[in-house]
Amino acid sequence: MSLEWSIFCRSTTGNTQLAGCLGQNGELSYLQWLISAWGWTATVALLGFLIALLLGLLIGTLRTLPSTSSSSRWSSRLAAAWVELFRDIPLLVQVFLWYHVAPFFLPALKSLPSWLLVSIALGLFTSARIAEQVRAGIQSLPRGQRDAALALGMHEAQIYRRVILPVALRIMLPALTSEAMSIVKNSSVAFVVAVAELTQFAMQAQEETARGIEIYLAVTVLYALTAFAVNRVLAFIELRVRVPGVGALARQGA
Amino acid sequence: MALDLSFYSWDLIGRYVLGGLWFSIQLTVVATIGGVLLGTVLALMRISGKPLLMWPAAVYVNTMRSVPLVMVILWFFLLVPFVVGRPIGAEVSAMITFIAFEAAFFCEIVRSGIQAIPRGQLQAGTALGLSYAQSMRRVVLPQALNNMLPVLLTQVIVLFQDTSLVYAIGAYDLLKGFDVAGKILGRPIEAYIGAALVYFVICLTLSRIAAPLLTRPAAQPQAAEVQAM
Repeated sequence: MSLEWSIFCRSTTGNTQLAGCLGQNGELSYLQWLISAWGWTATVALLGFLIALLLGLLIGTLRTLPSTSSSSRWSSRLAAAWVELFRDIPLLVQVFLWYHVAPFFLPALKSLPSWLLVSIALGLFTSARIAEQVRAGIQSLPRGQRDAALALGMHEAQIYRRVILPVALRIMLPALTSEAMSIVKNSSVAFVVAVAELTQFAMQAQEETARGIEIYLAVTVLYALTAFAVNRVLAFIELRVRVPGVGALARQGA
Repeated sequence: MALDLSFYSWDLIGRYVLGGLWFSIQLTVVATIGGVLLGTVLALMRISGKPLLMWPAAVYVNTMRSVPLVMVILWFFLLVPFVVGRPIGAEVSAMITFIAFEAAFFCEIVRSGIQAIPRGQLQAGTALGLSYAQSMRRVVLPQALNNMLPVLLTQVIVLFQDTSLVYAIGAYDLLKGFDVAGKILGRPIEAYIGAALVYFVICLTLSRIAAPLLTRPAAQPQAAEVQAM
């Protein structure tokens, strides 16, 4: 059994090899399809991560608010329920919920393309996990930080914005890195609603060409490369934003 | 347009759901037992200090961890029939895949569990005349497994949710049961809500059972216990 890489230069519409591996006039080679699928994976993952980051920060912060008023107690309970809800339903089922069920209750969602619905599903699923990390990051700070900010006359919003969150975010950057790598992998569930991303390409192209090994190898390598690239970008950010004495890099003495 | 609540009937459960639920549970149990066993072997290889054992284990674990589970499921479904020389069903393929995939994750849990046990325990074993294998089996692993229990349980909940991904190869699990019922009875919306509810209740119950363990202090060998040994 030998590998036949020329499969990627074959036309997706006819059984012909394309010169230079690129099709013209709307004809596509499997290589071109693969690259566009990679783009969809990146788009869905990136958008999902942005949604997850924003919501995760908000929900995680809400869970740590001091329970001095009934409104903060309620927002803290609501945040806890959010985390349970999105953590205890499998991602694949959540994608089905957004694709099939949500438009039934909110007809406005019907006009959204499926890649956007998948990004939302991926974002909300991951937001619950990021929220837990934000909460852990905030709770790992010594109480003295908060007391010092109070003594300086800051109010609650200032304490979070100026003191707690800047430190907590740096502490949680390594955990955030692994969530970002997970979301690249998790974006593969988009195949169930026919988003033309890498996994959907793998299944479809395998069926059409019967060259599963070459196709799967290419897709697997692209997933690993993307996750690695995400890892490097976040490691770079971690290095750029570090402040003396805070976070994992400081502990390693870097 | 309204939800048709008569969709949720004993007939639905008996005819479509129970069979799928049973497979999801089987898959979770088989993958947990097989994954922990294989994962422990991999962990012991990774900490053995012998390059010939360390390298293959490290490559295996890091590869599994950098590929989406759906792709691993597709890979095994493609390759296992080649290896065994005859076609196999989606259900059997799923079981093999999940043992192989989860082993990589259990390996890292077991490895960090072992590394959290003070080295003195191993040295004490050696001082008592135990071989490396004996001190691992009698001294280090029992303590490590005890400390790892909460993390293991959390991983099992994740694993149970991940079993829904066998949808990619058409295996008949809990999600597929609802999916098929929704299609045959023409009620996909009720079906997916039902699936979400069942998964939610099971995972919430499991995480409630695991929660007290998560806050339990880790068992550290006390001076008195060490003397008693």
